[in-house]
Amino acid sequence: MSDPRPSTNHEAPFGEQHIPPGAPMTEPANPQSHKSEGHSRRVFLFKLSLFLNGIVGAVLAVPVLGYLLGPALKKTSSENSWISLGPLSGFPEGETRLVNYRNPVTTEWDGQTGDVPCWVRRVSGETFQVFAINCAHLGCPVRWFSQSHLFLCPCHGGAYYADGSRASGPPERGLFEYDHKIDSGNLMIHAGRMPTLANSAKAEPPPLVQIDAQIDVQIDAQIDSIGSNTTLAATPKPAPRCSSCPS
Amino acid sequence: MPKLIQRSIDLYNWFEQRLGLGGPVIEAAEHEVPASTSSWWYVFGSAATVILVLQVMTGVLLALVYAPTASHAWSSLQFLDHNVRLGWFLRAIHGWGSDFMVAIVLIHLVQVFLFGAYKFPRELTWIIGVFLLLLTLGMAFTGQVLRFDQDAYWGLGIGASIVSRVPWIGGPLVSLMLGGPIIAGPTLSRFFALHVFVIPGILLALVGLHVWMVLRLGINEWPMPGRLVNKKTYVRDYHHLTEKTGIPFVPDAAWKDAIFAAAIMLAVIACALWFGPFGPSGQPDPTIIETAPKPDFAFLWIYAVLAYLPPALETPVLFIAPVIAIGAMLLLPLFSGEGEKHWSRRPVAVLMVSVIAVTLGIFTHLGTYTPWSPIMNAWSSDAIPVDYLTNRTPLERQGAIVFQNKQCRNCHSIGGSGGLRGPALDTLASRMTEDQIIRQVLQGGGNMPAYGNALNPSETTALVRFLTTLRSSEMPAIDASRRMVVSEEQRPSSSSQ
Repeated sequence: MSDPRPSTNHEAPFGEQHIPPGAPMTEPANPQSHKSEGHSRRVFLFKLSLFLNGIVGAVLAVPVLGYLLGPALKKTSSENSWISLGPLSGFPEGETRLVNYRNPVTTEWDGQTGDVPCWVRRVSGETFQVFAINCAHLGCPVRWFSQSHLFLCPCHGGAYYADGSRASGPPERGLFEYDHKIDSGNLMIHAGRMPTLANSAKAEPPPLVQIDAQIDVQIDAQIDSIGSNTTLAATPKPAPRCSSCPS
Repeated sequence: MPKLIQRSIDLYNWFEQRLGLGGPVIEAAEHEVPASTSSWWYVFGSAATVILVLQVMTGVLLALVYAPTASHAWSSLQFLDHNVRLGWFLRAIHGWGSDFMVAIVLIHLVQVFLFGAYKFPRELTWIIGVFLLLLTLGMAFTGQVLRFDQDAYWGLGIGASIVSRVPWIGGPLVSLMLGGPIIAGPTLSRFFALHVFVIPGILLALVGLHVWMVLRLGINEWPMPGRLVNKKTYVRDYHHLTEKTGIPFVPDAAWKDAIFAAAIMLAVIACALWFGPFGPSGQPDPTIIETAPKPDFAFLWIYAVLAYLPPALETPVLFIAPVIAIGAMLLLPLFSGEGEKHWSRRPVAVLMVSVIAVTLGIFTHLGTYTPWSPIMNAWSSDAIPVDYLTNRTPLERQGAIVFQNKQCRNCHSIGGSGGLRGPALDTLASRMTEDQIIRQVLQGGGNMPAYGNALNPSETTALVRFLTTLRSSEMPAIDASRRMVVSEEQRPSSSSQ
């Protein structure tokens, strides 16, 4: 760009009609010819060269865009596949355990990032729930607390009940669940893509109302039992209004 | 000696004859600026440029060692910190340089806003400046990703989760961002490309344009109250001002820029020496879930906003608010290109800056200690203060154990330690009656989960007994209506119906 001289060399392979994509601006000035003579021809050729480069650009843009958008155009179905989480004996009934699996789609240089954890809850017998590790709010890793039967998220404090339904905090819905099946004594899940609101907002309506009838019944029972068995305040404890009042 | 000088001049002329840059550069350096602009308020733009150069240089040096693959990035940073001579120092400079750059770009923006510099004819300079701010923030975010640690990994998760909320095309956008179905090798590779090639390329080009326009249009004069910008007369007035009070930028005004730039560089170096490099925190292994991810300083306020938005408002706010904010900044000079420049005559501008600064400051401060997050190990690490257990019945003490075991402590503090998500419980019984406590524990509500399924009756009893002792020296809460009912029941004879 800084030296004006050798530009003619670049044009050589293209003959006199210079259409090199890199140097359309340099006119092969011929001092002998009249300035205006052939001007319209050169303007036409310049426009032609622009048009040609436009076509080349369009042709080039197709593969470039295809390459760039490649990951976005893949179907989820091509990335999700059935993965074994191990034999059923590894999951005691009534417990929720952290299980890691290797993502079905990985590269050699993924390292540890190709290992994905998930929470497996064996409700009873062959009834399972498999939850994604990612909080339904913003994808942080939720932790299971077996003592309080809650999943808690460290980022913004999302909380979920044992069955994955929303308990409190910013999540709009319950935990993401993987489809699962039992195949010859192994628990299999259908996974491969990071669950987000865009691809996993499946099935059940968001359980924003968290108290189901079952809990209510239990709570009523508890309140009753507290009332009858102990001296808690469910039954009025007549206290004298003042030191001299009759109780 | 004179011969040597002559030689040097000849050499310079040899290059100058071919390059032809010396003349214009010297001319640009010595161009006249209004004397009023030789001010300590006018040093931030040049300081930001100097830090940008520092970032490019240290970035190149780090790239000599950094391995941009998901499997090795984290260990290559450990290697830089511990095995490469002064590797830690370069990482520290690059990290602190990034924080300083964000800060100075923001200060620069506030300064030119309050000085009305975005008005005619410098509208485009401001608009490009807005993009420079966004690109700087883009560098800060992608840079945090390259520090491929736990925070980076889960930060990408947060980013992907935000992107997934885009209507209709959220899913493909997530894949585009991650480069695959999960956060993995391709994700780091594309953020490396963004941080090292794409964004810096655009950033440098736009900085060039930005500086070019400052030279071409002249630096914004010190605003005077009542001196209004008028598109018809401004350029002429500005030239008059420059002719009347002009001083050469170099050296008469530039010495302040140079001194401030040096001070900023020294500050970066001092922070780097004193505080060292940022992280890397734990390795980017998603199976290690004992982590509390947090973004870097510049993004803490967003992290805090995301905690406080009501769930239903979150997605709309996430996508509408930035459009409005950035749109308003871009359109500002086009709608307000004339008129008063001085801050004392622009109360709304001053008010906006103050409100935004205070808001960002508060959210950032909240982001530093995340009161909305449960403290995951509080239940097993913070003991109940002895005072809360002395002279208590066995049942109440049993309740204290339930209180710990059921992780109540993760969200509720007592005795000054524990989570801040829920209210502190030190004086709970002075606010809630026993019945109310039972109800709250079992059914939850008000952002508290229901514990009805996690507690058996005896645990509930013990827990509530313990909670009713928590009232410090205050009176216990009383249910006034019950008192009425009880007193009514006790005087059946007196009712004369």
